[in-house]
Amino acid sequence: MTAELGQFALVLGLCLSLGQAILSFVGRARRNAVLTGAGEGAALGAFVAVGLGFAALIFAFVTSDFSVVNVAENSHTEKPLIYKIAGAWGSHEGSILLWCFALTGYGAVLAVARRLPWSLKAVTVGVQGSLGVLFVGYMVFASNPLLRLAAAPVEGRSLNPLLQDPALAAHPPFLYAGYVGLSVVFSLAVAALIEGRVDGAWARWVRPWTLAAWSLLTVGITLGSFWAYYELGWGGWWFWDPVENASLMPWLAATALLHSAVVTEKRGAIASWTAFLAICAFSLSMLGAFLVRSGVLTSVHAFAIDPKRGILLLGILAVAAGGGFFLFAWRAPTLKDRSAFAPISRESALIFNNIVLSAVTTAVLAGTLWPLILEAFGKQGGVGAPYFNLVVGVLMGAAFLILPAGPLLAWKRGDALGAAQRLTVAAAAAALCAIAILALVRPVRAMASAEVGIGAWLVFGALTEIVERVHGFRGPLGESARRLRGLPRGAWGMSLAHLGLGVFVMGAAFEGAWKVENAAVLHPGGSMPLGAYRLALEAVTERPGPNFDAQRGTIRVTGAAGHAVCVAHPERRTYATGGQTTSQVAICPRGIDDFYIVMGERRTTPDGHSAWLVRGYLNPWARLIFLGPILMALGGAISLSDRRLRLAAGRRAAPRPQLAAAE
Amino acid sequence: MKTHTLAAAFGAALCLAAAADPAERLADPAGEARARSLFRETRCLVCQGESIDDSEADLARDLRRVIRGQVAAGRDDGEIRAFLARRYGDFVLFRPPLDPANAVLWGSPFLVALLGLGWLLLKPSRSTPDTPLDPAEEARIAALGESRDN
Repeated sequence: MTAELGQFALVLGLCLSLGQAILSFVGRARRNAVLTGAGEGAALGAFVAVGLGFAALIFAFVTSDFSVVNVAENSHTEKPLIYKIAGAWGSHEGSILLWCFALTGYGAVLAVARRLPWSLKAVTVGVQGSLGVLFVGYMVFASNPLLRLAAAPVEGRSLNPLLQDPALAAHPPFLYAGYVGLSVVFSLAVAALIEGRVDGAWARWVRPWTLAAWSLLTVGITLGSFWAYYELGWGGWWFWDPVENASLMPWLAATALLHSAVVTEKRGAIASWTAFLAICAFSLSMLGAFLVRSGVLTSVHAFAIDPKRGILLLGILAVAAGGGFFLFAWRAPTLKDRSAFAPISRESALIFNNIVLSAVTTAVLAGTLWPLILEAFGKQGGVGAPYFNLVVGVLMGAAFLILPAGPLLAWKRGDALGAAQRLTVAAAAAALCAIAILALVRPVRAMASAEVGIGAWLVFGALTEIVERVHGFRGPLGESARRLRGLPRGAWGMSLAHLGLGVFVMGAAFEGAWKVENAAVLHPGGSMPLGAYRLALEAVTERPGPNFDAQRGTIRVTGAAGHAVCVAHPERRTYATGGQTTSQVAICPRGIDDFYIVMGERRTTPDGHSAWLVRGYLNPWARLIFLGPILMALGGAISLSDRRLRLAAGRRAAPRPQLAAAE
Repeated sequence: MKTHTLAAAFGAALCLAAAADPAERLADPAGEARARSLFRETRCLVCQGESIDDSEADLARDLRRVIRGQVAAGRDDGEIRAFLARRYGDFVLFRPPLDPANAVLWGSPFLVALLGLGWLLLKPSRSTPDTPLDPAEEARIAALGESRDN
């Protein structure tokens, strides 16, 4: 019964989205506040309706109602409760429902936002409603998660064991809240183009939504990367897989948008570029959804190919993104760019950031689509990590070199010499870092030492930024402390995000260059070296889990002097349902380094004993790779809490960015 | 979202023993390191998106043996890549060669960067016109000044 109620609710959600779009547009055209008010009411109603449908699906998963196709295909009675719930968004249909839930959720928040001017808000709510019609319609007609089976099986087929993991249970909600958060920015841009008011005040309304979506997307991508790191057992954390690229592209566009919106807000410059980016960001989200969900790029992550859905998703992408870009091409020439600025100025620095991020996005897009393009010409070809690492590395490296100078330059006309003087200490400290690594870390790798130095440059640059703002070391200490307390949260957030980026770069560079790896077939009692350490397999025992049986290894890690470092327990898990075997990686953190230990399948040696292939990695500074992005997301959240963001230019306040849809 | 893949499940189950398997290694550590970096650039043709460094498939194992053999025979990286591309097509290489067929792929990001930089450098000079006032405007300003003086 709940599934039918859920179905009903989803269809209702579709009707309400349609109502939201029509009422808002007609209300705006007739200047009728009653109609637009009804449109806002429909937006709230659509959210409640889709929410009820989502609740019905979760209920079906929790109660293991196998008469629902989606539950039968993705759940199992023996699965722990958290993964039953996470199973609700583990499948194609469920994830589209999660997408729609977030989309209507943002629409509802938009509907209750009080600070937008009436006409702009009406059109924005209408555009958001139109997006709702497209996606909820797709879900109801082509990807319905609540369809029944004629005959319910006794037991479900269970969720892929690799996906039964806490980080991956939380990954889609964050990622989708981020992806779909960009829909509001898209709607705002389309509405502003229609209304002809892409200006500083508009950029100020765009910023909090972008910040919220960007922070959530950062967390989502990091969770996914962390999952790949410890669950796949390959020792890596980013594979340039098309599915990963699909999430990286909107992130890059959102990052560019965050910076360009500042220029538009403060200086009224590059307004049309900011509108273009706002349309790009959500278009790339939709492109990502299409690439991942249609299985058009078969990757290690991809789904079975389902051409009908693929074509429908492509159609949605064409209508929504195509419409947005068409409107942009039509209206942007009417936008005037009034401001002037010198080649060395805050504007130029932020635009340079945008140039690099656009180039990087182009590289990721070209690399991801290249196999498809070649195939269209009857050729075959592949693009992998070497291409991305080289192109993205070169471009981002250029941006990182000038990044710390950006916040120190004044608007309109910056003082390059002054900024250079104020950055002397940071530059010296970063150079010292690189030299220390070159001198102390073996084997000698000059390039990687320089890369770590660039990461340190970002970290010290971010610290310099704070010190400069409080006039540290230049006036009385009490005065500096007073200024420090008075520093706006936006400043803290920006510096923290830049610092997090530096931490990430240091970690990624160091881990990439000085990772140590070894593998050996070990009997219980045997051992192998790993860098300066030793891994000893002490025992392998049987351990039953909730829905799997495991062989659990006990591996002792000892240092050069024989002192104990840690005891790791990697596992081989065999899942009764589906009969899959997975490896549970054991990670021993030691400071910021990780000992990463994987146990392979059992082998029988010629003398009849059991032995296991053990692979060990020492991933130095690996913790920084995940700490950095978390700091960045935290920086975004702190910026978001800045009062100034809620004060509209010349008016009282801007929309409150609530994260209701993230829950 | 990274999801649903039998491929990943099989991959994770299978790839453990891949290139690091002690039985396959070369005795010479420098040669082995060179072979490993070549493996990471070489696609396992039968296993969606994995490199032969990760894969346990028979073809990947054969390719590893071939590459290790060539490394041991003293061929350089370029020769080995060219050999692989000749035998299996460009698809086998994760790093597409820098040739006219791939010009768009390698060139487009840098083209975007150059266009942006060009705009940035040319734009400010273009948009700072301090156009002189025409006589009518001059007269109006003078009049405004006079009216304030009164």
